[in-house]
Amino acid sequence: MKNTTEDKQVKEGRKNLIGLGFVTLIFLIILKMFPEKSSSVMDVSLFYFKEMMLIFPAIVLLMGLFMVWISKDIVLKYMGTTSGLKGIIISIILGALPTGPLYVAFPLALALKNKGASITNIVVFLSAWACIKIPQELVEFQFLGLKFMAVRLALTIIFVTIMGMIVEKLNKIVE
Amino acid sequence: MNPTAIFINSFVLLFLIVSFFKDKSKTKNATKVALKSLLKMLPVVLIIVILIGLLLGLAPPETISKFIGEQSGWEGFLLIAILGSVAHIPSLLAFPIAASLLDSGAVLTSVAVFITTLTMIGIVTLPLEIQLMGRKFALLRNGISFIIAILIALIMGAII
Repeated sequence: MKNTTEDKQVKEGRKNLIGLGFVTLIFLIILKMFPEKSSSVMDVSLFYFKEMMLIFPAIVLLMGLFMVWISKDIVLKYMGTTSGLKGIIISIILGALPTGPLYVAFPLALALKNKGASITNIVVFLSAWACIKIPQELVEFQFLGLKFMAVRLALTIIFVTIMGMIVEKLNKIVE
Repeated sequence: MNPTAIFINSFVLLFLIVSFFKDKSKTKNATKVALKSLLKMLPVVLIIVILIGLLLGLAPPETISKFIGEQSGWEGFLLIAILGSVAHIPSLLAFPIAASLLDSGAVLTSVAVFITTLTMIGIVTLPLEIQLMGRKFALLRNGISFIIAILIALIMGAII
């Protein structure tokens, strides 16, 4: 199992490098075609590169720390069958803390379902996992500003909770 | 370094220090994982940076605005919502892209809907979600997510 994920990572890394080579080539050709634009293109690229590099090392470090401190077992242990507002808050926090792509969360969600967690909580957990991650919010803060980040976060929490309830209701009706 | 970046770096540094005193080997492990993922991310960061440079440096703002700006209307808005659902970009990199779109004249609602659909909806991961959680659950979650992404974006456009 571990070997296949490593193989996949190596393959993905190679794909990214090939992509980078390809994009660089296009970049150079376009700069040759429009030499008068090259300084503004370079300025923009350098500006965004600097902005990203100011925070990305810190962000991946934070993700690494979450990874070693908040294991899947902890999520499974604390996320239970609590319903109501308390259950929703726990689901948001447990979804927002650990890191990893969404497909890592699906097996966890399944385990939660088997454990007896409500559909509302599972939907809220998955949505929090997908879009209320703390490292993600920090990057949003940096690039789009505090107001944008805070308003979107508040709206997301509200709507995700409503969605959880709707999915639970619809799920029952269809059954 | 801007204040936000200073805040983020000190925030993480604090975590790192606490973690270090609680468990040295775990912390070492975390930094290893972080370094690895940073290296893995670097080529993609460079690709995005180059594309942003080309987009902002070459395309006149009017052209961009036609697709996702004031003039684009509902079609442009829906198009970018669908694009966000289908695209499979690491969410950390979605924010610089979003910022560059805003810089180039995109409207706030379009940018908000792009980020929200991008993070919430996964067409690429849909088969796995169906397999594990069931067809009904997966389709409902992704479908309703699309609708609420649009609602969130519209409300944001109204209040920001």
